[in-house]
Amino acid sequence: MDNLFAARSQMALSLGFHIVFACIGMVMPFFMAVAHFYWLRTKNILFKNITKAWSKGVAIFFATGAVSGTVLSFELGLLWPEFMKHAGPIFGMPFSLEGTAFFIEAIALGFFLYGWGRFNPWFHWVTGVIVGISGLVSGILVVAANAWMNSPAGFDYINGEYTNIDPIAAMFNDAWFSQALHMSIAAFVATGFAVAGVHALMMLKGKNIEFHRKSFKIAAIFGTVAALIQPLSGDISAKDVAERQPAKLAAMEAHFKTEKSAPLILGGIPDEENQKVDYAIKLSGFLSFLAHGDFDAEVTGLDRIPKEDHPPVAVTHYAFQIMVGLGMVMMFIAVLYLFSLWKKKNLLDQRWLLWLFVIATPMGFIAVEAGWTVTEVGRQPWIIHGVMRTADAVTPMPGIVYSFYIFTAVYLSLSLVVIFMLYRQIRMVDKLYDIPEEQHHLKR
Amino acid sequence: MLYVVIVYLWAAILLYLVMGGADFGAGIIEFFTSERNRKRTRKTLYQAIGPIWEANHMWLIIAIVILFVGFPAIYSTMSVYLHIPLTIMLLGIIARGTAFTFRHYDAVVDEMQTIYNRIFIWSSFITPLFLGIIAASAVSGHINPQATDFLSAYVFSWLSWFSVSVGFFTVAICGFLAAIYIIGETENELDKLRFRRKALIMNIAAVVLGAIVFVAAYFEGIPLLNWVFGNAVGVIAIAAATISLVLLWYLIDKGQTRLPRVLAGFQVTMILLTTTYRHFPNIVVLENGQYLSLLEHRGHDKTIEALGLALLLGSILILPALFYLIYSFQKKAASGIEH
Repeated sequence: MDNLFAARSQMALSLGFHIVFACIGMVMPFFMAVAHFYWLRTKNILFKNITKAWSKGVAIFFATGAVSGTVLSFELGLLWPEFMKHAGPIFGMPFSLEGTAFFIEAIALGFFLYGWGRFNPWFHWVTGVIVGISGLVSGILVVAANAWMNSPAGFDYINGEYTNIDPIAAMFNDAWFSQALHMSIAAFVATGFAVAGVHALMMLKGKNIEFHRKSFKIAAIFGTVAALIQPLSGDISAKDVAERQPAKLAAMEAHFKTEKSAPLILGGIPDEENQKVDYAIKLSGFLSFLAHGDFDAEVTGLDRIPKEDHPPVAVTHYAFQIMVGLGMVMMFIAVLYLFSLWKKKNLLDQRWLLWLFVIATPMGFIAVEAGWTVTEVGRQPWIIHGVMRTADAVTPMPGIVYSFYIFTAVYLSLSLVVIFMLYRQIRMVDKLYDIPEEQHHLKR
Repeated sequence: MLYVVIVYLWAAILLYLVMGGADFGAGIIEFFTSERNRKRTRKTLYQAIGPIWEANHMWLIIAIVILFVGFPAIYSTMSVYLHIPLTIMLLGIIARGTAFTFRHYDAVVDEMQTIYNRIFIWSSFITPLFLGIIAASAVSGHINPQATDFLSAYVFSWLSWFSVSVGFFTVAICGFLAAIYIIGETENELDKLRFRRKALIMNIAAVVLGAIVFVAAYFEGIPLLNWVFGNAVGVIAIAAATISLVLLWYLIDKGQTRLPRVLAGFQVTMILLTTTYRHFPNIVVLENGQYLSLLEHRGHDKTIEALGLALLLGSILILPALFYLIYSFQKKAASGIEH
């Protein structure tokens, strides 16, 4: 494994690990806020218990997300010093604001986690909401920084010099909105489906039904509504990418030849050598429509892009197919669920629907990982699109592969411990959070 | 605005050293506590740092962001030549942050706790050790961009007697801060005495290790004596720190707890002041005697302007909330914590 590939692998691993915790950290507070709100309004103790049970999960995820985020802020320099030397002052603005947002999140979390019974209940509730809002803002800011790498702005690049720097213009680059919107919604879909899936499984097992039913409903509504609107933001992203990064779009679609009324390619195995895709379903004209809103429009293929600027086609294409495919499945489940909700059907009479949610538990997160693969691998060989190559940014220190092995081992064992702890949390619902019906009436 | 940014950078490092340091110190104290008393000590420590512990570590992020946005050449030079200690420190941060949370939030209390505790204690020790090593290496003059072989470029840049002794000195300071802080967090007289003893040991360790730092510096040709005592600010700061140390022990014997905390923080401030004052604006010294300066190796004016504004705006939002957080939980610490 050469140094560049090792550095890219370590970065991918760190981002891939962090994004899961970041999503949960920014979305779960909203779920908790809803449960917490019901507790304060109805005084039904179950809602308080749901809030508390979730908040323990959030504490675990937040701590892991905070440390993996800290690691990333160092890894930018440890792995890509040449990139940071030039890019730091240009795209650093969102990071300096994110510092504030993240700090506020940590403070609000302190109030929220340790504030039970110590403050005015509504003040306490508000601190929980602030955790969510500042988490979401942090996420949007970090994505805006990533968007800058896809759509560099706020500087002039003349003879290898970066001049005329405007950090505000860099932050509000062309891609920030579409990327931040797509990612924020994705976080709700992924977390919503993951949480709903776990509670659905517990309902199917017939344990602590009321507790899990209420939890399921909150998570499922967030997740399904987000899944329904996600394709719209996906469309905005696709059109944006088509305009700014034709090479990325071409790789996503394995679109080798520039043509009018270009077909949308579903599945298939890209053959980069012979510039074709085997065993694919082709929907004529649909790619032109998706990219430019017109069935006859011309879509730039990889043939118009110099060979040395091609991103890896197969990985980008597969990742894109996985993301879209899973998005469609979740949208389908969302329609079914919202329909049954509208018909006021009892979920326990629709065990098949609960099973669908159980199967969909990891789908949102797989889609998020796949989506980031599309963004990052699709940008290659550039680290700053059209300006700096990834190969020119990597650290001169040899032996990064060992660092990659160490981080792989650490993140792998951390993932296992987190899963193990969640498993224990869920197993303990019986003893810690679910109060038998008679007692629960008394407490009310 | 450049000076605003520099002040924020310095303040973030100081606050990380004091707040984060006390936090690391909690693990170091636990390390030096006998098995019999560990459980009680752990509980006291947890009640003291639980609510603010995430916030304590934000200072590091603030410092690093200021560095890479405002002073990218400094950030990237340190990232390249101090890659190894930075990575070890990061592994320490990961291990510590997760172990601290896991041991508290694991729904089942069983033998896993032993593992969490062991990880927490060791990482509480290793992280400040390497933080100290990194800070010392920046000014030690061992960073050599011209080096061609792996060892002199990436290992001897930080592996020196001077850097390592500063690392251990940092560990002792963290332990001292935590011990002084924790005395006021317990009602139990016996515990108070135990923590007082810990504080004294850490204090002695810090003085001894501080002396070793000077010896190591002398043998490696680092003019540390001159940096610290060669100017009025350094001499006054050291004198103030020494006097305040005497006062601190006097007050502790009088049963005071609040003021000693302030004084301990003051001493750390003075130490950081003396070690950075003479160097300003240079924060990285290279092997060939060249410097990386905060005034020269900085980002573009517009960036510094925007960064300064972002920091000022951030403080308006952060500081009141942070003070209220600390205030609320100090006031209510005695009443215990419900989860």
